[in-house]
Amino acid sequence: MSRKTLLGLGLGIIALLLLPLFLPRFYVYLASIILLYGLLATSLNLVLGYGGIFQFHHAVFYGVGAYGTTLMLMKTSLPALCAFIAGPLVSAAFGFLLGIICIRLSKLYFGMLQISLGSLVWVIVYRWYAFTGGDDGIHGIPMPEMLSSPKSAYYFTLIITLVSLFIMWKMIRSPFGSVLQGIRDNPVRSEMIGINVRRHQLLALVLAGFFAGVAGSLFVVVDNTVFPDMLFWTLSLEIVIMCLLGGWFTFLGPMLGAAVIVALRTFVSTYTDYWALVLGITMMLVIFFLPSGILGYVEDKFKRGFIEPEIEEQ
Amino acid sequence: MDAVYSIIPAGVLSQMFVGLSRTTILFIVASGLTLILGVLRIPNVAHGSLYMIGAFTAFTVTKLFGGGSAGFWMALIIAPLAVALISLIAERGMFQFLYEREHLMLLLLTFAFSLVFGDLVKLVWGGEYKSVPVPHIFQGFVPLFGGLPFPRYNLFLLIAGPVVAILLWLLTNKTKMGKIARAAAVDREMVGAVGINVSRVFASVFVIGCYLAGLGGVLVAPTVSVTLGMDHNLIIEAFLIVIMGGLGNIWGALLGALIFGLTQSLGILIWPKFGIIFPYLAVVVVLLFRPTGLLKSTW
Repeated sequence: MSRKTLLGLGLGIIALLLLPLFLPRFYVYLASIILLYGLLATSLNLVLGYGGIFQFHHAVFYGVGAYGTTLMLMKTSLPALCAFIAGPLVSAAFGFLLGIICIRLSKLYFGMLQISLGSLVWVIVYRWYAFTGGDDGIHGIPMPEMLSSPKSAYYFTLIITLVSLFIMWKMIRSPFGSVLQGIRDNPVRSEMIGINVRRHQLLALVLAGFFAGVAGSLFVVVDNTVFPDMLFWTLSLEIVIMCLLGGWFTFLGPMLGAAVIVALRTFVSTYTDYWALVLGITMMLVIFFLPSGILGYVEDKFKRGFIEPEIEEQ
Repeated sequence: MDAVYSIIPAGVLSQMFVGLSRTTILFIVASGLTLILGVLRIPNVAHGSLYMIGAFTAFTVTKLFGGGSAGFWMALIIAPLAVALISLIAERGMFQFLYEREHLMLLLLTFAFSLVFGDLVKLVWGGEYKSVPVPHIFQGFVPLFGGLPFPRYNLFLLIAGPVVAILLWLLTNKTKMGKIARAAAVDREMVGAVGINVSRVFASVFVIGCYLAGLGGVLVAPTVSVTLGMDHNLIIEAFLIVIMGGLGNIWGALLGALIFGLTQSLGILIWPKFGIIFPYLAVVVVLLFRPTGLLKSTW
């Protein structure tokens, strides 16, 4: 990393830390949502962009993490910290379970099976009123005193997101990350030189599931609700769009994509009910005119350019 | 005691027939999906939306022709054609430029279309429930084995399914276009190299597949309330069926739809609240033993 990038990152983090001092309550909430969606999209990009695995139903792990945390908070008297650790762990376990069923299939086949099996999880959550609250979801989840104000929720989200991003960044730079990218670029050759392709991919799926679960737990902190739509398949494809829009071969691209889409959704929704139409047309434009995403485009233009990290701001 | 014993199997039997009529709809939609998957390799997420458009168009056409039997027959002809026309515009306008690109892009483009179609339906028809009347000839019940009442319309569906299956089989196996399409599914470059316009073949296959989605929508319209969001569950079910049967295999789609429809309807009988889980379990079991589906996949 060059000194310039480091400086930019530092400035960006300081800006994010100071953000709640200047912004009204709603925008603090919005910034938290953007951060956690960014984390979610980045975790997807770990397997989609860097792993080349067609993880089409990523929202399952997000939703499972959120429900795991919520149910631990509501149904047990363990300290809240346990709930926040349990949520992501349950997601990781789901990542392993779905991964081991789907991993034998390749590319699109994998993705289609995952969408279908993920929908099974959705159906169970949607129907099981006694345990998950069914289609109403669960509202007014009690939070520990420390996290109950929007500002503290924002800081909590910010710190966890930054730590998670740092861990993922390190992971991509590690030998494991290189192997993963090698598998993406040439699975046959990777197999030939003695890499256990399936095991690496499975580990990536578990890790991606874990961080999606972290994002889900953060949503519980920020919004104090869970609902079954959090693991509906349309959300999953929206996350894929975030990765694509920001640039799915760049590390911060998904974060940028999440920021753009969440902000756009918030503002479009205040004017019209037809958000899906706007999103659909945006997607078509991106697919045709910006296939490597915003950051991908910027990188192509300026090669080793300086990337503004203050993207989470409005 | 006798009465009890005779009632239970009768319930199972009638539920099985309900499942079979559901199978017909699922098969017609899934066969279109599998056709597109097999030849073009696009997992068409917008397929469910086209099915929904088919159902809504059926509502409008039926109303236009006075809401009677004639209206239904006209809808059966016009609505799938309307859906086919929409898909032709989408294919020629957008999809054809992306065949060389990543499949992920094609999938996302179909998702974009499903979002746009969903909102357009909301814009044109509004958010309320619509209902399409069952045509006069098919109103009422026919007695099945032992006087079990069975809706006539469902009987019609039971006949429609195999008819579509046979027509589709004839199309893909006995016509020149079908043969070219199957060849293109295996090796599209080679087909292009022998001087066949692959782009046009792809367009026709895409349109035929979407026509089937529309047809499924029209056929289902009299049995359910036509509403926004009817596409969301159906597309997942169709995906499952196609995966279970083997990608691109039309008989696989039939087999998959059969398993799906029956496990679903009998599952509801066993465990009313979670009956919907059984078809998913069936898929998992099938894939544990045959990871690439029951029948031979074209991939």
